[in-house]
Amino acid sequence: MEMFTNKEGAAIVPGLVRAIQENKDYLSEIDGAIGDGDHGINMNKGFTLCGERLTGGEDLSGALETLGEILLCEIGGSMGPIYGTFFGEMGQAVRNWEEIGEAEFGRMLEAGLAGIRELVPTDVGDKTLLDALIPAVNAYREAEEAGKGFAEALDAAAEAAEAGRDATKDMVAKVGRASRLGERSRGVLDAGASSCAVIVRSMCETAKGLLG
Amino acid sequence: MQRMVNDPDRVVEEMLEGFVKTHGNLVEKTENARVLKYVKAPEKGRVGIVTGGGSGHKPAFIGYLGKNMVDAVAVGEIFSSPTAKAFYDAFRAADGGAGVACLYGNYAGDNMNVKMAVKMAAKEGIEVKTVVANDDVASAEKSESKKRRGVAGEILMWKAGGAKAAQGGSLEEVIAAAQKAIDHTKSVGVGLKPCTIPAVGHPNFEIADGTMEVGIGHHGEPGIEVAKLKTADEIAAKMVETIVPDQPLTEGDEVAVLVSGLGATPVMELYIVFNRVYDLLEEKGIHVYRSYVGNYFTSLEMMGVTLSVMKLDEELKELLDVETETMGLTQFGRQ
Repeated sequence: MEMFTNKEGAAIVPGLVRAIQENKDYLSEIDGAIGDGDHGINMNKGFTLCGERLTGGEDLSGALETLGEILLCEIGGSMGPIYGTFFGEMGQAVRNWEEIGEAEFGRMLEAGLAGIRELVPTDVGDKTLLDALIPAVNAYREAEEAGKGFAEALDAAAEAAEAGRDATKDMVAKVGRASRLGERSRGVLDAGASSCAVIVRSMCETAKGLLG
Repeated sequence: MQRMVNDPDRVVEEMLEGFVKTHGNLVEKTENARVLKYVKAPEKGRVGIVTGGGSGHKPAFIGYLGKNMVDAVAVGEIFSSPTAKAFYDAFRAADGGAGVACLYGNYAGDNMNVKMAVKMAAKEGIEVKTVVANDDVASAEKSESKKRRGVAGEILMWKAGGAKAAQGGSLEEVIAAAQKAIDHTKSVGVGLKPCTIPAVGHPNFEIADGTMEVGIGHHGEPGIEVAKLKTADEIAAKMVETIVPDQPLTEGDEVAVLVSGLGATPVMELYIVFNRVYDLLEEKGIHVYRSYVGNYFTSLEMMGVTLSVMKLDEELKELLDVETETMGLTQFGRQ
């Protein structure tokens, strides 16, 4: 059976830290088009803090909760509470599982998404990170239900997140800071969807690597 | 960038240090470096007033900490919401056992962080109720007024809420007064030049020379119209004509008027604009009961002005007349 232990899964979080650090300038550049250009800086600040604070003794649950708490308590803005909730809820969801298989990983993603949906009145098409996250969670579930294996479901989620990110280019922002730009927000990618695609891709790649 | 900064990433910290050194008689630090409080808060049995928001709007938000106004403020990065933790710590700093009224502006980040902070406070047994300011008429149609942003009208909301708390009002009464204050207040801004966040280094929007942006937001959000730059009287008329039908204000109404600069406009010009605003309102039979003119709620070095008009009733008049002492607004009680 394809799975990894909660302890092994902790590697997902340092993987996220590296992915955000590597994409810092890319994310700021996207944000600069219709935002204030600080998305990469803020994300990098939060994830780097997390990288410094992890002791290496955590399991996946503990590492995700640490990341969530740092984003929530030390970053602010809109991304702090959104991603803070996402990682915090995922960390809580896996707390009691010793082993993470295809079903557990799916429930974890769904818990993260549910946390964000409780926080923001946003849907697909509003040009936000949910345009990457919702398709990713749906694609994962569809692969799972179709009887495809863990690795295939992870690939499907990462690809759907990236396709969702690309689809934000033609959208007009309906919520958040960019929504105040109206039509001027069309033609550029959404920064939140872009960071979300980086995050989903990174989580899925690390998880796949753990399957051996 | 013609600005006086050291490390662009530390402008908020250094500003806070300077502010506390200057106004130590009114404000003090708390355990959370991003929360300042009124030196006499919390007062046992009195409703605490909390606000918060991104930095760059001096005197807002910390400039309204003080007697009979705001008790604790959560401070964010420039134009970026404070953390949920900062709002939560501000609630704790302001709580005197009678609950906390969190009176803040309608922005996505602030909405989320306040919502999470209210949950955190509930777990600790601190009751927090909120009022979300949405006075900027240019930011959405009237039918979608819940989407409107909060701008300089927030000052009148803090004034009314703080005064109600000073009168011994319950949390419900303070919330009702603050809600009424913001529901009765309409604002509109006009921008002439953009502003630059030091860490970014260049303006992230443009206003061409010879033009003005009617309805501009406090962070450069686009307005409803880009027009040729007009005279002060014509700008005043444009703003009055935007606000009067939206409230609506009619003959016989009494109002409070707040004209705030956005940072770089000479205060002299604010008085020139106000001069015409006053006359236009009086010509319509709308009596100006109280006026405030100055840099009350700015946006870094943006050039321009906001006009806020509050329709008064007896309760709001009484609340506006309560004495207050803060860095941004000090007034004696009306005899």
